Amino acid sequence: MTAPLVEAPADAVPGEVVLRLTDVVKTFPGVRALDGVQLEVRAGEVHCLLGQNGAGKSTLIKVLAGVHRPDSGTVQWRGQPVSFANPQAAMRAGIATIYQELDLVEDLSVAENAFLGHEPRVAGFVRRGQMARRTREILARLGHGEIPPGRMVRALPAAGKQVVSMARALSHEARLIIMDEPSAVLAHDEVGNLFRIIRELTAQGIAVIYISHRLEEIREIGDRVTVLKDGRTTAANLPARDTPTRDLVSRMTGRTIEYVFPDRPVDEPAGDELLRVDGLTRAGEFADVSLTVRAGEIVGIAGLVGSGRSELLETIYGARRAESGTVRMAGRTLRAGSVGAAVKAGLGMAPEERKSQALLLGEPIYRNVTLATFGRYARLGFTDTGRERAEAMRIADNLELRPRDVRRPVGTLSGGNQQKVVVGRWLLGDTKLLLLDEPTRGVDVGARAELYQVIRGLAERGVGVLLVSSEVPEVLGLADRVLVMREGRLVREAPADELDENTVLDLVMAGSLMEGAPA
Amino acid sequence: MSDTTPTATQLPAQSPPVDPAQTTAAEHAAAALAPAGGRIPFWSGAGGEGARRNLGLLATLVILVVIGIATRPDLYGDANWVWGNTLTILKLASVVGVVTVGMTFVIIGGGIDLSVGAIVALAGVWCTTLATQSYGAGGMIFSALVVGLAVGVVNGVLISYGRLVPFIATLAMMVAARGLAAQISEKQTQVSNSQFINGLASTKVLGIPLLVYILAAVVLAGWVLLNRTTFGRRTVAVGGNAEAARLAGINVRLHTLLLYALSGLCCGIAAIMLTAQANSAQAAMANLYELDAIAAAIIGGTLLTGGRGTIVGSLLGVIIFSTITNLFAINGLSTEAQNMVKGGIIVAAVLVQQVQFRGLGGRFGGKRASTA
Repeated sequence: MTAPLVEAPADAVPGEVVLRLTDVVKTFPGVRALDGVQLEVRAGEVHCLLGQNGAGKSTLIKVLAGVHRPDSGTVQWRGQPVSFANPQAAMRAGIATIYQELDLVEDLSVAENAFLGHEPRVAGFVRRGQMARRTREILARLGHGEIPPGRMVRALPAAGKQVVSMARALSHEARLIIMDEPSAVLAHDEVGNLFRIIRELTAQGIAVIYISHRLEEIREIGDRVTVLKDGRTTAANLPARDTPTRDLVSRMTGRTIEYVFPDRPVDEPAGDELLRVDGLTRAGEFADVSLTVRAGEIVGIAGLVGSGRSELLETIYGARRAESGTVRMAGRTLRAGSVGAAVKAGLGMAPEERKSQALLLGEPIYRNVTLATFGRYARLGFTDTGRERAEAMRIADNLELRPRDVRRPVGTLSGGNQQKVVVGRWLLGDTKLLLLDEPTRGVDVGARAELYQVIRGLAERGVGVLLVSSEVPEVLGLADRVLVMREGRLVREAPADELDENTVLDLVMAGSLMEGAPA
Repeated sequence: MSDTTPTATQLPAQSPPVDPAQTTAAEHAAAALAPAGGRIPFWSGAGGEGARRNLGLLATLVILVVIGIATRPDLYGDANWVWGNTLTILKLASVVGVVTVGMTFVIIGGGIDLSVGAIVALAGVWCTTLATQSYGAGGMIFSALVVGLAVGVVNGVLISYGRLVPFIATLAMMVAARGLAAQISEKQTQVSNSQFINGLASTKVLGIPLLVYILAAVVLAGWVLLNRTTFGRRTVAVGGNAEAARLAGINVRLHTLLLYALSGLCCGIAAIMLTAQANSAQAAMANLYELDAIAAAIIGGTLLTGGRGTIVGSLLGVIIFSTITNLFAINGLSTEAQNMVKGGIIVAAVLVQQVQFRGLGGRFGGKRASTA
């Protein structure tokens, strides 16, 4: 990389404190989202923000991005106290934010998204040529010169969209770039590319606030770490590389454990075969996939984003129609492309995107828990909400849902608790096989351990579990048997204790260096 | 309440940044409903928000009546006139009210039905042809209901299985159904010769017009259907998050079809009522009913994006509109001015909804911050 990624801001002094938050408080109805946050960010550093779901990271980002205004406390930006009236003001001041759920306009082109709101123009007309040229420059410097500026964003894979978000930040002359879990949607080799870009940026004196649940990433890219818990800063400016994991986790949770996987049963689960998939194929997604899951068994699929694993789960579930191959549940073939038939046969699924695929955010918790089963409690078509609430309460108690009040809107829960609601939905009724797609994505460490217990508990009750995760340790730690998926095919099957993380990573990545890159 | 609740209220709402305006607004509103103690009053929760908004609609209605009293104290001094006028307003509201109940279901389910006025006209014309009238009142009622239902099913099939956008499918149906009605009636007014049908509009039971009872029955049935049955629950789920509903095993397409069929059936009922009022039917009848019904549902608090709405709110919306019409009539003012006021009220209602979403949250939050 010879050309500098961006011009260094002329007056950037490396090491100078550019952002300082003192005692920042932000309340929402019933919630003190930020309750005294301290934060200090220097030019040219990668400052990591660590905290469980609900610790206040998202709110903090929104305060910095000008979406929310703090109730009290001060935000000093380059020595001046500021209060951004709106996101545009924050952007003009040089703070760019790349949200986890990317805020791109799907039906505009790459260039139009990169320059959204500040298009180069003359007399009110957008200078499309100049915009495309500058976008191409930025993309090339981001190492993604192959993305055409005129391509619709909708047509890009997740990694490509993130690059566009990054390009947008660079199209402003940002001095501080906030990245909210940028690696969550990326394949493994893309993370390396992301880190290379971040290093380029910081070398130019730009400050980066980096948010991630993955400690390894923080170790690799971060300079300093600030930890949030319950809206408060519990530790500031820890060295990212040397602070022991135990310390970081305990600051986040008040506990000193990290991942705790439940013990596997001593005996091999010897349940009957529940699910048999034969030669399942969808062109461009996956091909000739055959697998089985027995009752009481947890089968984990390890694979990258884009390896076809989510598509495979959705096809087994009937949410996509298989082009060829069969799915059999307890010996009976399921009708292709029918979720109803799958549910009737005892399948349940917790999809990858909780909010958009699984929840009615404005509806109460109990109605979300009973979304798949309210018909069973109904008599002659009349719902029995008393019974539904009681059943949901039972699930809430089982899963230690917080809060327990099942009449609350599900949208007010943290990510981990929302996931419990989705899993809990299938504990009602007679689900025999549960399909879990990234069950712990965006779920904090504490709630993860609880979810692992829940999943193991289900298996002990004889439920079969087919689980997909991009976190290899999770698959290895939780599953009895592991399937490795690469480019739409299963490439390896083995008991979990015969594999280690490096073996699986090698299998997952082999020959897939171009994976995730747009065509 | 368990002792975990206080800590639970500390959990901030996780809001996806994708669409801050909408999601945070919803979350603020949601959070505003859950007071710090974790105990939720009876009027709160899912139905509570609607109940609170309905109080606002009632207040609007009271204001309209007060305006009526202020402008025509002479009329309002007469108790008999007031009773009679109230029945006039309700009778005025009855036909659109029945259509609005169906419309409310469609909108909560995430759709829109622009063809309701045209369906009423087609069903009205169909049931008053000489051929149909030869089967007597029973045949007329039956044919109106079947025509309404059938057109609704066609809408539903086009939208659910033909994957047409509801706006387009029902817009096409709006044009086509009126065209068919004009074709059948040869653009003539068809007089109803059925004493039974014509009598429906003039019959009173216990001093109250039969049409008002029909409205009450449809509203009650709609309320029960929405709030107490699996059909209603599916409607909210399909409109609130179709993908989540589908992945929970709900047959979203079939349910969407049924929603349009229900709307069509309501139009069939309305066609009988309107034919009874006019003692006739013609292709131009029920003109712009789709706009009246949508407007009533919207000011009644039904979310145009689906997933939320109440039958009572829609009913109050219809009554507010007919009260305005009545207010202008008793003051001898033009319908043009009246339509301008209606337009203003629609805008005001939507603005108030937005202020409730954002403003209430902000106000409650501010109060708590100052006392904390």
